Amino acid sequence: MDLVANNLSYKPDDQYHLNEVSFNFKEGNLYTILGRTLSGKTTLLKTIAGLLTPDSGEIEFDGKNFLKIPVWERNVAMVYQQFINYPHLNVFENIAFPLKQRKIDQSIINEKVMDALKSVGLLGYENRKIQELSGGQQQRVSLARSLVKNAKILLLDEPLVNLDYKLREQLRDEFKNLFSKGLADETILIYSTTDPRETMELNGEVIVLDEGKVLQVGPAKEIFENPNSLKVAEISNDPPMNIIEAKISDNQIRFEGIDVEAPQHLSKLTEDGLKIGLRSSDIQLNENGHEFEVELAEISGSETLLHLKRGDTKIIVSIEEVLNFKIHDKVKINFKIDRAYAFHADGKLASSPFGGLNG
Amino acid sequence: MNKLYIFLKYFFIVVWTVFVVAPFLWALTTSFKDFQSVNGGVTYIPWVDFEPNLEGWKVLIKSPAKGGVDIIEPYFNSLFVTCTASLISIILGTLSAYALSRYTFKAGFVKNNDITFFFISQRIMPPIVLSIPFFLFLSSINLLDSLTGLIVVYIVLLMPIAVWIMVDFFNKVPREIDETALIDGCNPYQAFLKVVLPNSIPGLIVAGMFCIIFGWIDFFFAFILTFTEVQLLPVKIVALNSSVTPWWSLSASALVSVAPLIIVAFIVERYLSKGNLSGAIK
Repeated sequence: MDLVANNLSYKPDDQYHLNEVSFNFKEGNLYTILGRTLSGKTTLLKTIAGLLTPDSGEIEFDGKNFLKIPVWERNVAMVYQQFINYPHLNVFENIAFPLKQRKIDQSIINEKVMDALKSVGLLGYENRKIQELSGGQQQRVSLARSLVKNAKILLLDEPLVNLDYKLREQLRDEFKNLFSKGLADETILIYSTTDPRETMELNGEVIVLDEGKVLQVGPAKEIFENPNSLKVAEISNDPPMNIIEAKISDNQIRFEGIDVEAPQHLSKLTEDGLKIGLRSSDIQLNENGHEFEVELAEISGSETLLHLKRGDTKIIVSIEEVLNFKIHDKVKINFKIDRAYAFHADGKLASSPFGGLNG
Repeated sequence: MNKLYIFLKYFFIVVWTVFVVAPFLWALTTSFKDFQSVNGGVTYIPWVDFEPNLEGWKVLIKSPAKGGVDIIEPYFNSLFVTCTASLISIILGTLSAYALSRYTFKAGFVKNNDITFFFISQRIMPPIVLSIPFFLFLSSINLLDSLTGLIVVYIVLLMPIAVWIMVDFFNKVPREIDETALIDGCNPYQAFLKVVLPNSIPGLIVAGMFCIIFGWIDFFFAFILTFTEVQLLPVKIVALNSSVTPWWSLSASALVSVAPLIIVAFIVERYLSKGNLSGAIK
C-alpha cells in the first residue's frame, strides 16, 4: 500500500508552504522530512493527515484518492511537537480514545492500551492526569495513542524538539527501537525534524524540504555524503556546513591569502564563483595552521563551537572538548581539505569527496 | 516580619469580612423588625433590643387583597426566564464562539473580528436605546407581557456575553487538540462535543455565571416589556414601596432575591477551589 503524492501545492498567502511536492512512500519504510523551521514540514504532514487541503495536486493511498477521504476516516496517526493530549482525560482514557471511537470491545481496548503503555514505558501511570506528567511523559502518552491505533500511516511532527537534551537522546533511542520492532511492517512512518543528527540516526529515506520545495530525496547516508546543493548541505549539517568563496588555480585552493593544496576531486574545477564547503568538524586547531580571529566561542555540552573570521570569510569550527577562548583571540587552524565539497556559483554540487558528480 | 505579615493578613481578612457580611446581617435583622424597632432608634440584637416578628416576610407571600405583594409567582417567573435564557444563550453562544474561533468568515469587509464585535456592541449600547425597538418588535409578534417575549429579549442581551467569553476561551484551546480528535476518528461534531467542550467547562461556568447574574438583576427590560400578565421579581420588589417605606419587607425581599446568586457563587467557588478552572489547558 503506497502513499503517492503528485505535485502538491499549497499557497495560503503570498508564500508557498508546499511547492510542487511529489513523493512515493512505500509501506514498511521510515521517511524523514528534514527541513528548517517554516520549510513546510508540518504543512506536508497535515496535508497527508487530511487537516489541510492542497490547492492543487493529488495524493493516492492504496490506489484510492486520499483527498476525497475525510481526516477521521483516513486511519492515520500523528504526534505533534507540542505535547498534544486530551487534558480532560487521564492517561488510560487518552490512549483508549481512538479505540473507543471505533467502538472496539472494552476488553480488547484494555489489552491494547496496556501494551501501548508498556512499549512507551509508562506502565503504572494509567490513572494519572495528563497535567501531572512531565513533558517527556506527555509526549510518550501521545506516542502511545498514535501507536495503539495500528494506523497505516504514522506521522511524527518534530516529536522531540520541545524536550530537554537528555530526554531527547533517550526518546530518540526508544523511537529507533520501536520503529525497528516490527511496528513498521505495513506502516508508513513519516518523521519530520530540523535536526540533521536525528535524521542520520533514524537512518531512513530522507526528503529535504525547503520553502515548500523538495530539494533532494535519498537515503540518509547519501544526503550526508553527497548533498546535491549548497542549501541541502546547510540544512543537513548542524552547525551548517562552512561555505568559503575560493578560487582554484594551479592545483591550489586560494582564499583570504591562504593557499591550500587542492585534493584530487577538486583540482579540475577552475570556474569563477566557486564555493568550497567544509564541515565544522573537518577543521582542526593546529599550531602550524592559518591564523583566524575568534568572533564567538560557544560551549555546548562537551563541544566548543568557535566562530572564526579572516577578512570576509567566516567559519565555524567544532572542537570535541571544552576550551575557553576570548573574543579577538587569534587561533591557528588546519583544514581537512580532502573532505571538502565544491559547489557551483548557482549552488549546485560540483564535486564531493564521496564521489558524487566527481570532477 | 513574619508575625507582622500574619497579623496584617488576618486584620484585613477581618475588616473585609465585616465589610461583606455586615450588610447581610443588618438586612437579616431588619427583616424581622416592625415599624417601632426600625424607627425608634438603633436596635441590633433580636429578643434583646427588639421583639422579632415575621411580618416583613409574610408580606412577600400574602396576596395583594390582604395587603401583601405575593412575590412567589414573580420569583419563579424570574428563575424560569433567567435560567431558560441563560441556557439558550450559552448553547447558541458557545456554538457561535466555536465557529468564530475556528473558522474564517468573510463577507466583503466583514471578518471574524467584526462579527465578534457586532455581538459585543449589543452590550455597549445603553439599554434605553434598545428599549423602543424591543418594545415594537415584541408587540408586532404579540409577545409583549409574556415569558416567551422576555426570554427572547434576554437571549439577545445575554448571548453576547457568552460569545465574548467563549471566543476568548476557545482561542486558548490549542487547535491541535481538535485536529488530534479528528485524526483519532472523530468527525467535527464529535471533536467539538467529546474533546473541545469537556475542556471548556471552566469557560462555560464563567459564561453561565455572568448570564445568570445579568439576567437575574435586570430591572429595566422587565419593567418596560411587561404589564399585568407577567411580572418578574425586580419589578415586583419595587412595588413594595409605598408612602411608608417598609424596611422589613424590603430587607426580606433583598435577601430572597440575592439568594440564587449566592448559591451560584458558592457552586463556582467550590469549582474554583478544586483547581479545575486553571491548568486545564496548558
